[in-house]
Amino acid sequence: MATQQTRTLGKLAVSPSVFALFMWMIVPLSMTIYFSFLRYNLLDPNPICSLLTPGALLEAENRCLAGFTNYSYFLTDPAFFKAMGNSLKLVGWVLGISVVAGTLLALLLDQAFYGRGFVRIMMIAPFLVMPTVSALVWKNMMMNPVSGFLAYLFKLVGLQPIDWFAHAPMTAVVIMVAWQWVPFATLILLTSLQSLDEEQKEAAEMDGTPPLSYFWYIVLPHLIRPMTVVILIETIFLLNVFAEIYVTGTGGRAGNLPFLVYQYGLIANDIGGASAGGIIAVILANIVAFFLMRMIGKNLDA
Amino acid sequence: MKPVFTGVFGAFMFAALASTAIAETKLTIATVNNSDMIRMQGLTDDFTKANPDISLEWVTLEENVLREKVTTDIAAKGGQFDVLTIGTYEVPIWGKKGWLVPLTEVDDPADILPAIAGGLTVDGKLMAAPFYGESSMVMYRTDLMDKAGLKMPDAPTWTFIREAADKMTDKAAEVYGVCLRGKAGWGENMAFLTATSNSFGARWFDENWKPQFDQPEWKATLDYYLALMAADGPPGASSNGFNENLALFNSGKCGMWIDATVAASMVTSKESTVADKVGFALAPDNGLGKRGNWLWAWSLAIPAGTQKNEAAQKFVSWATSKHYTELVAEKEGWANVPPGTRTSLYANPEYAKVPFAKMTLDSINSADPTHPTVKPVPYVGVQFVAIPEFAGIATTVGQIFSAALAGEKTADEALAEAQTTATREMTKAGYIK
Repeated sequence: MATQQTRTLGKLAVSPSVFALFMWMIVPLSMTIYFSFLRYNLLDPNPICSLLTPGALLEAENRCLAGFTNYSYFLTDPAFFKAMGNSLKLVGWVLGISVVAGTLLALLLDQAFYGRGFVRIMMIAPFLVMPTVSALVWKNMMMNPVSGFLAYLFKLVGLQPIDWFAHAPMTAVVIMVAWQWVPFATLILLTSLQSLDEEQKEAAEMDGTPPLSYFWYIVLPHLIRPMTVVILIETIFLLNVFAEIYVTGTGGRAGNLPFLVYQYGLIANDIGGASAGGIIAVILANIVAFFLMRMIGKNLDA
Repeated sequence: MKPVFTGVFGAFMFAALASTAIAETKLTIATVNNSDMIRMQGLTDDFTKANPDISLEWVTLEENVLREKVTTDIAAKGGQFDVLTIGTYEVPIWGKKGWLVPLTEVDDPADILPAIAGGLTVDGKLMAAPFYGESSMVMYRTDLMDKAGLKMPDAPTWTFIREAADKMTDKAAEVYGVCLRGKAGWGENMAFLTATSNSFGARWFDENWKPQFDQPEWKATLDYYLALMAADGPPGASSNGFNENLALFNSGKCGMWIDATVAASMVTSKESTVADKVGFALAPDNGLGKRGNWLWAWSLAIPAGTQKNEAAQKFVSWATSKHYTELVAEKEGWANVPPGTRTSLYANPEYAKVPFAKMTLDSINSADPTHPTVKPVPYVGVQFVAIPEFAGIATTVGQIFSAALAGEKTADEALAEAQTTATREMTKAGYIK
């Protein structure tokens, strides 16, 4: 039993790491908030605009403070709505694909067959490839309209190869990202399948349950919880997809919110605008996370 | 104990002395990964032999990455680099901010081509030394021209280009009359389209910094470009940049290609299947007094934050000197000399034998960054506008025009969108009150 003393001691012992973690989060966040209210172009900085000279900072004629200009311009930018749409499309499609394909693959890998251990290891491999590397491989070796493997397959059956990045940039990005995240879903769902009660399985077999009903009434309810976990974790990561879009040069048409922030910050050198965009992205991600947590919380309590 | 201590101490002292005796100044040089720059890295022995106290460290990056790295480094006073490779867009902006050290030891500055030097000078001081300069011109297939029964004039008009492209196109044989840039980016499709718009009488901004995409000149430019590419361009043109078009031209799929003059040495090299059938002409015009060619120079500059100014000055001077030109000519032949920077190079009878030498010089000389357009403008720069906000605006506009080329929107929609975006950004930046 923890006494008052040991509890105090415990709090003291963890306080340095709690403090470090808090600083880790709060310093970048508050700097981003600070920059988001400044008129700050990297190529055109105003040296007077610094916290060290608060008087000059507040002076109207120096045009340091931007007020909510950065926010209002970001929110009314037509590119913002496009990027939002692209973000949602990307998350939606990849989630759909990875949950459905992940379930099917997990069911398959749960069967006993020769070389199962090896196949399982190979299945998880895409998840371990760095996004930049996978994007380069997909771009140059798979989806290239002239020399890519997909183009070869299309020609083999007498079809016109698709120029993925020119004509279907969003689909191309979805395919690449889904390839990376399906293994993750498979892994989680497979672990859960393995914990399915053996007795329940046997009982179902003895009752002669047809396979589809067995899946629908026994397997699926068992998988709902891990599925919500997959959805939560993937959503958080999929909102931040960047490498695949940057590397394949599809940012102009399939660019999502992180890409738009990059474009503001590093192409337009508009630090103020990019910071405002970053804050807006954080707020949106938190809204999504809030609803997801509630949804999952319900599932996990049950 | 004591003698041991003295011995150890002595050894340290000796080591310290020895290391100061051969102390090297290490220069960190940020550079772009194109062939001329890579070639220089192979020839630096010549420099380090003459300056044994200086060692060189290269950071070689792809063009866009280089730009990001160098910009953030110089703006945040990071001090990572001692010598920077930058373009004509950055030099006037950074020079005016006092971020660059004026160059004092450049080899024979009066010899630098005036059009190039003009873009690199701020307040009468040379802020960057040109490593190579380029303009744009028409490269065409002489055999296809003959087959079409036409003769390319030295200074063609846009009307002629359209006529020639229509006649050369043979889609069944995968021969496309003209290959032009379509990939979005301020240094990609917007470089070509801005330079082209100059010859159509268009301008980015009027004297009050108001964007001009709603004017008939821009409409004429975009209509011409889209119609030409729809009729005679290769498929998937909206993702073609310099390298993609180079590959198409070299494999014999383009009748004409309007792009950087540095491409001339590549389309006539061993890698090209059409090397002996290429002709050159000035970029087209519309009889308005401006041609559709740009002006660019990759240049070496020294950031104001460096501690190694002296060594950096020496290096920049060596890399952009006449001596270096001769060194390359001796080792790799005259065709591989970095082009477009010095008057003396074009006066050299050996260099005059290179097939594209004259057209490159004429193209560079016909571009005027201080008066780029038919109507007056408040800015400097031919295929760009030398203000900090331009890269961002032109990237967005480039994406819009690229989408128009891909058939996602019409010319009118694209221009209206471009006008809205540009007006928003210029208002936000405070140019439009």
